[in-house]
Amino acid sequence: MSAAQLIGDWQALVVLFVAGVVPNQIWRMLGLWFGGGIDEGSELLVWVRAVATAILAGVIAQIVVEPPGALASVPDALRYGAVAAGLVVFLLTRRSIFAGVVAGEVFMLAGKWWLG
Amino acid sequence: MALPSLDSPQWQSPWRAFAWGVRSITQTILTLVLFATYLGIGALAHDTQFSLLWALCSTLFVWAGPAQIILITTLGSGATIIQSAIAVTVSAIRLFPMVVSVLPLMRTPTTKRRELFFAAHLTAVTLWVECHRFLPLVPRERRIAFVNGLGFGLVSVCLTANTLGYFLAANLTQTLGAAILLLTPLSFLFSTARNSREVADVVALTLGILLYPLAARMNSGLDILVSGVAAGTIAYGVHWWREVRA
Repeated sequence: MSAAQLIGDWQALVVLFVAGVVPNQIWRMLGLWFGGGIDEGSELLVWVRAVATAILAGVIAQIVVEPPGALASVPDALRYGAVAAGLVVFLLTRRSIFAGVVAGEVFMLAGKWWLG
Repeated sequence: MALPSLDSPQWQSPWRAFAWGVRSITQTILTLVLFATYLGIGALAHDTQFSLLWALCSTLFVWAGPAQIILITTLGSGATIIQSAIAVTVSAIRLFPMVVSVLPLMRTPTTKRRELFFAAHLTAVTLWVECHRFLPLVPRERRIAFVNGLGFGLVSVCLTANTLGYFLAANLTQTLGAAILLLTPLSFLFSTARNSREVADVVALTLGILLYPLAARMNSGLDILVSGVAAGTIAYGVHWWREVRA
């Protein structure tokens, strides 16, 4: 692996700060400055939390539906099947994150092996 | 490992409290989940052509798994900086109520705001959950040191996982590389599902997944925002409707 691949260019780091660090950190700093006096159960925060959850859900779907890199080598049905298998095990094990992840991975690897 | 009792002399030194915080990462399954997630983020960064340094900086300075994944996937799929920034900031709003609710747990009457800076930065869902579990067992005047130690430990684990994931993605066979990339959606799906206590959370998660493929067909470049705001607002509507009926 080359040094360029490990370090990258400074423009990418600027993008990281502008598109990632600042828009993320601003909420923590607002919490630090204006903490207190905010009702955690307020209606606005319920909506915000729902939208934030749904955005995260969209990202999960994006990775599975339009897979990056090596994941694209796994057939569609196998990727969806792995998530479904993991979900079933997650629910059956009274919401064990660990069991769900392992089941999904095993399903995908077994499917790949079986398909050859 | 059990924490020393509240009146133990072990708590007299802030450095000791910091060390107890670091050691506490071995007491939670969430450390393993974070490790898997950040292994996936490292691999994702590699496969979307970001540098290792970039991935490590994002873990150190963003320190929020969802925001990092949103940033990598949106930038990687050709979104503009503004589009990525909007998606990241919307995903990060949830940090505001977390910080607001967690800082009073460690504040004393003499605590200055700047002493809480690192605790605020380290606040993310894992630390937030663990603070509620561990802090009642820590004397109040040592809680900031303890939280800084806990956060330091978790960040170190994640930086290690990032580096490992990055090199694994570069050197593994395609199948194992795919397995590491799959860790991210699986661990996020199940940890979010586990944290969903109310119906609105479940609706937001389910609809958010189902609406994304529809939104993606519009090809607006804001797919994630469109499906997220739509699904989240419907989920809020369900919550509101249940409140009204109750």
